[in-house]
Amino acid sequence: MKNEKSTATPFWRDTRVIPILLQILFVVIVVIVGTFLFTNAMTGLDRLGIKFGFDFLSNTAFFDIGEKEIEYTPKDSYFRAYLVGIVNTIKVGIAGIILASIVGVLVGISRLSNNWLVRKVSTIYVEIFRNTPLLVQIFIWYLAVILQFPKIEEEMNLGPFFISNRGTALPWFDATSGSLLWIIFSIVGLIAAVVIRSRLINKQIETGKITHPGLWSIAVFIGTLLLALLITRSAPFTLDYPSINGRLYEGGYTLTTGFQAMLLALVVYTSTYIAEIVRGGIQAVSKGQVEASKALGLKNSTTMSKVIFPQAIRIIIPPVTSQYLNLIKNSSLAMAVGFPELVYVSQTVLNQTGRAIENITLVILVYLTLSVITSIIMNIFNKKFQLVER
Amino acid sequence: MKKSILVLLSVFLLASIALVGCSSSEESTESSVLDQIKDRGVLNAGINGELPGFSYLDDGDYVGFDVDFAKAVAAAILGDANAVEYSPLTASERFTALQTGAIDLLSRNTTWTTSRDVDLGLNFGGVTFYDGQGMMVRADSDVNTLTDMNGMIIAVETGTTTELNLADQMAKLGVSYQPQTFDNQEAAIAALEAGSVDAFTTDKSGLVSRLSTMADSDQYKILDDTMSKEPLGPVVAGGDDKMADLTRWVLNALIQAEELGITSENVDSFLSSDDPVIQRLLGTDGNLGEQLEVSSDFAYQAIKQVGNYGEIFERHLGEGTVFNLDRGLNDLYTNGGLLYSPPFR
Repeated sequence: MKNEKSTATPFWRDTRVIPILLQILFVVIVVIVGTFLFTNAMTGLDRLGIKFGFDFLSNTAFFDIGEKEIEYTPKDSYFRAYLVGIVNTIKVGIAGIILASIVGVLVGISRLSNNWLVRKVSTIYVEIFRNTPLLVQIFIWYLAVILQFPKIEEEMNLGPFFISNRGTALPWFDATSGSLLWIIFSIVGLIAAVVIRSRLINKQIETGKITHPGLWSIAVFIGTLLLALLITRSAPFTLDYPSINGRLYEGGYTLTTGFQAMLLALVVYTSTYIAEIVRGGIQAVSKGQVEASKALGLKNSTTMSKVIFPQAIRIIIPPVTSQYLNLIKNSSLAMAVGFPELVYVSQTVLNQTGRAIENITLVILVYLTLSVITSIIMNIFNKKFQLVER
Repeated sequence: MKKSILVLLSVFLLASIALVGCSSSEESTESSVLDQIKDRGVLNAGINGELPGFSYLDDGDYVGFDVDFAKAVAAAILGDANAVEYSPLTASERFTALQTGAIDLLSRNTTWTTSRDVDLGLNFGGVTFYDGQGMMVRADSDVNTLTDMNGMIIAVETGTTTELNLADQMAKLGVSYQPQTFDNQEAAIAALEAGSVDAFTTDKSGLVSRLSTMADSDQYKILDDTMSKEPLGPVVAGGDDKMADLTRWVLNALIQAEELGITSENVDSFLSSDDPVIQRLLGTDGNLGEQLEVSSDFAYQAIKQVGNYGEIFERHLGEGTVFNLDRGLNDLYTNGGLLYSPPFR
């Protein structure tokens, strides 16, 4: 500080100081509010004689969970019960994201179709399912659709598939001794096929000779699979067909009623949002691109898949990421139809232990982690597609 | 320049510490739940709200066994049985509502267990209804006992002791089953009616009550097996003995009144009784009300305005009602039941 400057501007009007002061003020307010809320909660717990801590997670759960992808019995710990719930959330999340994306893209493109019927049907689909609450839709799927399937005694039998209001049973893969080798070989084959295809395409562009990249890559892939068959001398997997034993399905893989209702509701609901994003993305690609493709004599489908969609996807990815995050978070409504995902498990644990703050903290952390992971994956995709831009 | 920023920063931090200090010191001088109820003039009671016989809406008012107990407590504290604000709560909401002070009294078919009493920071005020867990199946199914239930899907409510008992009992009997858990009974019943699940389990009183509201009630039967002890009782927040004591002694007063033959109709004639036991109960002698920090006639008010235990039971669950429940364990010890009030002295 120099003496002649001290009279110039007081610090509260100095633009170099004001931003710093405001930031300090903000931090202080956050700290005060945070500390107040924390001490308030702690005093409240203290008054009731409840100790804060996560030790309870190692206690025995004593409750059973209907649908589990990992081993779990009532003798396991609360922590294990949480894992079952998290796996179920991830299961419905991944299946929902994949199906919602497919349906969403199809509906989004249909919205711009030249065919009057296709356009109108997709518009009605979007307007109905986007404008009604998700919870209501879940109940409708569950009560009016899934529960109205035939009873298990008079089940519908479509080939190896069984459909009843106990769930839908599908044939499922059973690993054999050679399964691991098969997986390794198919991954190697896939990589080799992709590498060969891009090399051949480059060669074709450079030399102008027709090199048949598609044919060659398929040949390489099939070749590796044949090699795998020669080495393992067994099928990659055996199919486990479901059957009905009494009133339960046996074998195969059963999609439970709660899971079906939840998945249907999530896919239909989220796909409408994705469809609108896709439509917006396509419409944002300048009209000149279509006209240029037409001038080059490209087919409509080629124009869409090679010219329009690659440009639209850049606009589509960021908002679709938000929809994926929404889908994962919306899966918490599954409690209503008895699908045991994360929130369901945490509610049950909360009821047994009364640890409200700890359980809610856990749920927040898990959802946060899932969301961050999804965002990271989507950002990688985004980067990849953004690079195309010049 | 830098110095002044540092000074300001430290002032802010000091102020924030001081503020936080203030807020936590204010916490300790909080009044008891009982005083809060008196100041407010209303008792906040948590109930089920969807369980006929215990608490449900009838012509816009909540009525039932659990509702009447809340009314008795309100009459004892405030002298007015209708000074109650009801909050219908789901099984998974109920304890948090009590812990946070949103309600003063939980009168909602809640089973008294060790961990709830100790670990949840709650206080149980005795047992208002001795219940046991039962199982409801379709009448045309060939299930007659729990051991016939191998390979069946059983619907159960989230966050209840029934969920735990089911796992315990079936493990004991070696019956393999698949649980399907619902957050509300409506969805569970819909699944049972559609045949998506084979059975529904909850407290027997709950099953009887639920059966009374089902359209085709003759298509279902309740198995004779009782899977557990379910002592249902009123609950208050832990760490506040006054409210717990009062709740417990209101319940005892209702039981004592039945034992002494005091009803809402004849209670006035007992006011002039020479029996010191009756005098102490009705507050014409002694200072029991003062000890509980309510008016001396708290038991009189509860009995006069709501009725004794037997009256409440008969009004909502007994012979004259659709449930037609037998008193069974919920009878006075003199009649072979479990109701026994400690002495008022």
